[in-house]
Amino acid sequence: MKRFFVMLVLLAVILTSFAFAAKTKITYWQYFYETKKNTIDQLIKEFERQYPDIEVEHVTFPYANYNQKVASSIPAGVGPDVINLYYGWIPKYVTSGYLIPLPEDVFSKEYLQSQFFSFVSKGVEFNGKYYALPIAVRSLALFWNKKLFEKAGLDPEKPPTTLQELVEYAKKLTVYDKKGNIVQEGLTMQPSGQGHHWIREVLVREFGGVPYTSDARTVLYDKTGAGSDVLKFYTDLITVDRVGYPGFMNDDVTAFKAQKAAMTIDGSFRIGTLNKIKGLDWGVAELPSYLGVKSNFASFWANGITTNATKDPKKLEAAIKFIKFLSSPESMKLWLKNVGELPANPELAKQYFDDPVYGAFLRGLEYAHATFFVDESAQRQVMMDAVDKVVLKGIAPEIAWKEAAEEEQKVLDNFWSSVH
Amino acid sequence: MRLRQKKIITAYTFLAIPLLFFIVVRFYPMVYSFWLSFTDWDLISPKKNFIGLLNYINIFKDEVFVKAIINTLKYVAFGVPAVIIVSLYLALVLNRIKKFQGFYRLLYVMPYITPLVAVSWVWKWMYQQPPIGFINNLLTILGLDSQPFLMSTSQALPSIVVTTVWVNLGYCVIIFLAGLQTIPQEYIEAAKIDGANRRQILWRITIPLLNPIIVFLAVTQSITFLRIFTQVYNMTDQGSGGPLNSTKPLVLYIYQKAFMSFDMGTAATATVILFGIIMIITLVQMIILNKNIEY
Repeated sequence: MKRFFVMLVLLAVILTSFAFAAKTKITYWQYFYETKKNTIDQLIKEFERQYPDIEVEHVTFPYANYNQKVASSIPAGVGPDVINLYYGWIPKYVTSGYLIPLPEDVFSKEYLQSQFFSFVSKGVEFNGKYYALPIAVRSLALFWNKKLFEKAGLDPEKPPTTLQELVEYAKKLTVYDKKGNIVQEGLTMQPSGQGHHWIREVLVREFGGVPYTSDARTVLYDKTGAGSDVLKFYTDLITVDRVGYPGFMNDDVTAFKAQKAAMTIDGSFRIGTLNKIKGLDWGVAELPSYLGVKSNFASFWANGITTNATKDPKKLEAAIKFIKFLSSPESMKLWLKNVGELPANPELAKQYFDDPVYGAFLRGLEYAHATFFVDESAQRQVMMDAVDKVVLKGIAPEIAWKEAAEEEQKVLDNFWSSVH
Repeated sequence: MRLRQKKIITAYTFLAIPLLFFIVVRFYPMVYSFWLSFTDWDLISPKKNFIGLLNYINIFKDEVFVKAIINTLKYVAFGVPAVIIVSLYLALVLNRIKKFQGFYRLLYVMPYITPLVAVSWVWKWMYQQPPIGFINNLLTILGLDSQPFLMSTSQALPSIVVTTVWVNLGYCVIIFLAGLQTIPQEYIEAAKIDGANRRQILWRITIPLLNPIIVFLAVTQSITFLRIFTQVYNMTDQGSGGPLNSTKPLVLYIYQKAFMSFDMGTAATATVILFGIIMIITLVQMIILNKNIEY
């Protein structure tokens, strides 16, 4: 009888210990980028060390069509608990019922506003709730080729700081052949690259306007500030000053890498690519200001929780812990070191202001805006078309700018009408 | 069971397997996308609300869709006659060569077997502005003005047609060559004896006898051009079908609606309409061109 009892207790202990030892498993999806994948793996190891009862499965997908892959796996019923997504997709994912709002007790307004740049909390907010948190953010800056500056007789350590200087320098840096064809761009002009962001969030604001209302429902760039002067400034660089054109050397990145472009406006995500080019002596500076006004475009990928995780309260809890861990300053430090993306935490960012490479980008974050995109490719197309209309068809910038605003308003209206 | 019955059952059993495959992989998705065109599905949410013919009404109000239809018809109208006429000419010339025929055939087939994406990118670079663009450099040497090609709203589509014709030539040349070699030499010799000159032989004997092949190539090339996508996606800025939608074919419109705007309802609607267009053009061609010619 006694032995039976002992066996029973032993069995009970073994069984309950199984229950305790059963780890909560959550799945995390992101797109494949070698340094990002390796850093997440490192962070997961540290996370699992801190929370031994949680196991994180890390799955990556090729970058091209990551969005499509994620979107098509959702109706198929296979999906992660925590997902890495571009902040611009949040509206779509939320209205499709895929993301859940971040629990307000853990991720309060104060938490977001103190731990992250202001454009982050605006960028992850939808209908009054927050839906994701970034580890890192990206911003734009002016890249310049020091050797080409020297060749043109300019000081290779002094990039332009105002738009007027930018135009002056670009004109001096453009090289033509005997027939008048551009063989070296002074400044890349690629709306389909970062150009449309530069127009929308930087030039519009520097010219005194605002691109959209704060609820992102109405287009304002044709009704505020200098209106179509913004488009005229951009297209004049192509048609009048002739410092570059869309598609030169196929695109702006190729032109700059091949040292056929002296200056380009690009994002911090380009640093890794440029570092690999031998013989490319480049510098980076804050975007040129205009009439004392500075602006920048910031974007970021963020981690959100899917409805999958809500199926099990333990999973949900694990997902919340994981997201909080990923967005901690320690994780951000490691991310900056390994991936080269800027920390989303303003206090942490200040520590690197004097870095020769990251400084310009980080300082730009202080006055950056993240556009609320309801359909980024459609909204980008609007700007590309506006530039093409002026450059290829000779349409007046006033008309092209107005048509762009109307076209984009349709995209916004389409989206907002489907939300309710 | 008799042997004949056994054979029949065996035959049907073997036929059932590819039939099952065809139904599941081809037929079912097609019917499903027809049904999707009557919904407002956005790919991510599980909700698919039935909205009747609303998609069909709205899609024709979309200027970009109408432009895409016009572009697609332009691709067919420029591309199919070009590819058939040029490849027929090349086949007739090649048929007269004895030496090196194999070598020339290989040369013409090579564009066809090269991956289309690689072809698109190399042509994209060739179409660049001078001094980088090979074609413009040639034009300049010949004393002509350089052309914008892919950067012009009027030249971009023809430029892509040229690339596609160049690719498809090889396939058509081989098929025509095979057809030419089935024409009995007796007809040609008899005609020569009767005093027919080369032009008469070509137009009265060779081409009429090649009619089935011409129909076959016209139909298949039309379908290929109606479904053009890869070249446009790779040769335009960010695959946008530009500049200003001047090169956007229907398939690219469908792709953008489905996977960039997540508007599956509209994408499915465009797919059904494209299906209809292909069906009509194919039937028309088969009725008009199909003449039974025997001598």
